[in-house]
Amino acid sequence: MNAERFFPLLFAMLLLPVAGLGQGFAGLGTDAGEGFAVPDPQTRFSFPDDHGPHPDYRIEWWYLTANLQDEAGRDYGIQWTLFRSALAPGEAEAWSSPQVWMGHAGLTTPEAHFVGERLARGGIGQAGVVADPFAAWIDDWSFEGATPANASLGASGDGFAYALELSSDAPFVPQGEDGYSVKSAEGQASYYYSQPFYTAEGTLTVGDQQIAVTGTAWLDREWSSQPLSDNQTGWDWFSLSLEDGHRVMAFRLRQTDGTAYHSGTWITPEGTPQPLAPDALRFTPLATTRVERSGATLPTRWRIEIPQHALDITVDALQPQSWMETLFPYWEGPIAITGSHTGRGYLEMTGYDEDTQ
Amino acid sequence: MTALVFRTLLSHWRRRPFQIVTLLLGLTVATALWSAVQAVNAEARASYAAAASRLGGDQLDSFTVQGANSFDQSAYIALRRAGWEVSPMVEGRIRRADTTLRIIGFDPLTAPPQMGTGATLDADELGGFFGPGGVAFAEPDLIARLDGVDLPELRAVDGTPPRTLLMDIGAAQRLLDLDGQLTRLVSVPTATGPDPSDVTGLAFTRTPPEQGNDINALTDSFHLNLTAFGVLSFVVGLFIVYSAIGLAFEQRKPMLRTLRACGVPLARLLWVMLAELAALALIAGLAGVALGYFVAAALLPDVAATLDGLYGANVDGTLAFRPGWWAAGLAISMLGALIAAADTLWRTVHLPLLAPAQPNAWLGAQRRAMRWQIMAASLFIALAILGAALANSLIAGFALIAALMLGAALALPTLLSFALRVGAARARGPVSQWVWADGRLQLSRLSLALMALLVALSANIGVGTMVSSFRETFTGWLDQRLASEIYLTARDEAQADAILTYVAPRTTAQLPIFSTDLRWQGQQVELFGVADHATYRDNWPLIAQGPAPWDQLRARTGVLVNEQLALREGISPGDRLSLPTPSGLWALEVAAIYSDYGNPRGQLMVNVAGLTERFPDVDRLRYALRLPPGQAPDLIADLTERFDLGPQQIIDQQAIKSLSLSIFERTFTVTAALNVLTLGVAALALFTAMLTLQLMRLPAVAPLWAMGLTRAQLARIEMGRTVLLALLTGVLAIPVGLALAWVLMTIINVQAFGWRLPIFLYPLDWLRLVLLALVAAALAAALPALRLARTPPGALLRVFADER
Repeated sequence: MNAERFFPLLFAMLLLPVAGLGQGFAGLGTDAGEGFAVPDPQTRFSFPDDHGPHPDYRIEWWYLTANLQDEAGRDYGIQWTLFRSALAPGEAEAWSSPQVWMGHAGLTTPEAHFVGERLARGGIGQAGVVADPFAAWIDDWSFEGATPANASLGASGDGFAYALELSSDAPFVPQGEDGYSVKSAEGQASYYYSQPFYTAEGTLTVGDQQIAVTGTAWLDREWSSQPLSDNQTGWDWFSLSLEDGHRVMAFRLRQTDGTAYHSGTWITPEGTPQPLAPDALRFTPLATTRVERSGATLPTRWRIEIPQHALDITVDALQPQSWMETLFPYWEGPIAITGSHTGRGYLEMTGYDEDTQ
Repeated sequence: MTALVFRTLLSHWRRRPFQIVTLLLGLTVATALWSAVQAVNAEARASYAAAASRLGGDQLDSFTVQGANSFDQSAYIALRRAGWEVSPMVEGRIRRADTTLRIIGFDPLTAPPQMGTGATLDADELGGFFGPGGVAFAEPDLIARLDGVDLPELRAVDGTPPRTLLMDIGAAQRLLDLDGQLTRLVSVPTATGPDPSDVTGLAFTRTPPEQGNDINALTDSFHLNLTAFGVLSFVVGLFIVYSAIGLAFEQRKPMLRTLRACGVPLARLLWVMLAELAALALIAGLAGVALGYFVAAALLPDVAATLDGLYGANVDGTLAFRPGWWAAGLAISMLGALIAAADTLWRTVHLPLLAPAQPNAWLGAQRRAMRWQIMAASLFIALAILGAALANSLIAGFALIAALMLGAALALPTLLSFALRVGAARARGPVSQWVWADGRLQLSRLSLALMALLVALSANIGVGTMVSSFRETFTGWLDQRLASEIYLTARDEAQADAILTYVAPRTTAQLPIFSTDLRWQGQQVELFGVADHATYRDNWPLIAQGPAPWDQLRARTGVLVNEQLALREGISPGDRLSLPTPSGLWALEVAAIYSDYGNPRGQLMVNVAGLTERFPDVDRLRYALRLPPGQAPDLIADLTERFDLGPQQIIDQQAIKSLSLSIFERTFTVTAALNVLTLGVAALALFTAMLTLQLMRLPAVAPLWAMGLTRAQLARIEMGRTVLLALLTGVLAIPVGLALAWVLMTIINVQAFGWRLPIFLYPLDWLRLVLLALVAAALAAALPALRLARTPPGALLRVFADER
């Protein structure tokens, strides 16, 4: 048989949006265009509606990470993400729906990193999000509860599974300027809010081993139609849960000319956000790891400085091989914080391929 | 020296170009027919394998709902949400532009990677693929044929299965009128999850990847039939080669003798002759395979249509080029040439160096040969009679046919010789006596060609009788079987109820036809439930029955069994059988056996109330509607409009009948074509044999001319005698052909399809065929006779000088 003739359609279809454009990660750098809505700085969040999907925007995600420990104090991390990607704005009936859903699940231990991925069409009920009572699901993975602040979380994949109960009394925290998160000097932006104050409790399954765990978790909600600028190639994104109760969201968007766009939010233990200006943050890669599964080399030890809050920390990946081997591969894993502050957090790095440092 | 010997041998062909043409023609035709059949078979098998591997069919498990053609896609969602990594499919057929198109809808997002489709789409086309318009993939040829037809946007993708449109599941649902419905789910074999029946409440069955076995088993008999025809054509073709090589040998005898006398060693002479043969076989083989390719290409569309109609097997209508097939064609050409030349080579070895030709020694040799032939013939006929009593498989059936044909062919010279002796006994006058006696003398050379004629004629009679009997039976059976005016398949039970209520005032009866699939005695059988109604009582084609089959059915104690299942399982009326049902075994008595042509599967029929009682979940979707005559078209138009029915959902009796008959006719198109070709080859064999004989017999005829018979008289005698021999052969072919028909219908058909057919006789067809044989013989004898009539007296005179 001619191998070319039987080249799987799936790959061609889903890889081309990225590979063909060569700009931004996962096609995030494309024009809004084609009738998609664009975030505006005046709009304010309205809950519970904004927990649900916004089909007029090109992309959206429900992004949960948790730093967990077992009784012996060993560290673990889990990720649960539901992405919505619209081929065209709006909804249509059944299979005609232009909405495509993608689920990613990860479980990281000091020894290993597990990954699962699911895809689904909108319009038929295989995946979706309902705002009230809150439910986000794809196949048998779910994030459901009365509100996202009190919910159960579950997913499974090859060799792993997890089931957690999440709860938080703290308010949802708007990122950027009241939820309008600017992503480049040219003004690309997204709507962005978080729930960084969850406590988490539940069970991890690794192989046939059940592990009871407790810890903290962090939800990011973001939607937009063109969050990256054409000259941005990827990002390094940090969520930091400091032991003094503060939370920090910080990211660096790398640009083709070698410079980067910085942004972040300093969140007090009460949940009050203070936006950080681009020059308020300093990121310094300290050590790199070559990812075995992809050959990409990327920083897995960083120095982060926020002088106005006297923060000068070093973060280390719990598992430097936390590679998400998915249709759009990236690095995502738990980190440990040392230095002026201590704590745990999550690091996400995108846009690194084989020949990028 | 070798080159010299070779040149000397070849010089013969330069002087006799016609001979080499006949030889090459015979071998070419034999190889062509053989290769054509092989090519058709290979193409069909390749199609089955490709069909199994396409869309991952040979690697993916299938999930279907028992007894339902489709199910609601909410079951798919429920399974996904329970952790099953299954992917949805919707498949069906539609008719557009006089073509039945297979529609396959799939979901590219959940499709396992094994399900390659060969297609690629750009990112900005994805929206269109999923969107309301849709995009369908098809092979380029099909797209050209569907130009201007109302379908989703078509995109050419090489390697898409024939007559198939591949598209997004949503577009396929719209096209098939199956909104929200799926026909099956697929998964990798390692996929697991909770029991699908518990999750969905539907009776899902999971079937492992198909390896094309089902379709292979079903179509094997069809391909065996074709192969048998290929062998027959090849054997008949070899008769031509045999005659041509024999002729060349006779003519080169003096040359061979001279070469040997000049000191050429026998071994070298044999090697050179073999090399010459190999070269000729190579040329003929190449030409034969090329010709075979065209014959196959011409036959393939009909074969494809037949396989599609009979078994639902999709075969590509275009022929692929296969190197292995060329090699096989050349090999068979070489082998054929060697078989045909074996006799000549043997005679070369035993060629007396100095002894002159002794025509009268022919008679002695012929008597010995005939004794040997009649012994072999008796053996074969005895085997055939034994086989007729015992044959219980398709292979045994074909062996029986081979024994029958060989026995008849070998007995032919003896029978003809006997007929000529009877004629000689009644002959008055010397010329008349000579005509009969000389006829017997000729038999040894002519008998092979006449055997070929006998085989071709009896094959024609046998196959013709089978096809005509089958057609007559089939047409009558269709009338009985399709007694209802309209056949309706509703989308769901609500629609069925709505339609039935709506049409009630216009119908005289509404007969449910519910069915479910069963596994019984290790095989998949269909269980049908039908109403107790005159439609069945008066029409249903029963071939064996108990005292009151329909009363037994109504009492829910009886079951009807189709013929193929009854034969396979050895069931007869009065037998008891137990069927597995959800509520335990159901004991039933076989009330009757009915004929069920065109269906490869086993089938059982019970009362519909009994069926719904035992199988409460059975789909209640199919109905036969009886109406007053002439109202079907209006009602169909009305229902189609009002209930938005698809063309498969409502079919009238006439449409099914004409479709069935067209499938039937196509089934035998190939048979008829091969039949005609075989007869043509036989005529050619007779022609070459006559030509050989005429040249060899000049010494025998010369004395008669010297005694005063004119050349014209001699030519007329030669021709008359050939026609007489052909007539005798033709008459003998009738009983042989009928015996063949009997074997085909009572053994081959039963083994291949499970149908026993009544034999009808068609004497007019035989008459036509015998006349055809006479015309062929007359034509074959005409040219040699004409040449005899024009032989210069000098040539006849020279016989006396040269040969002695």
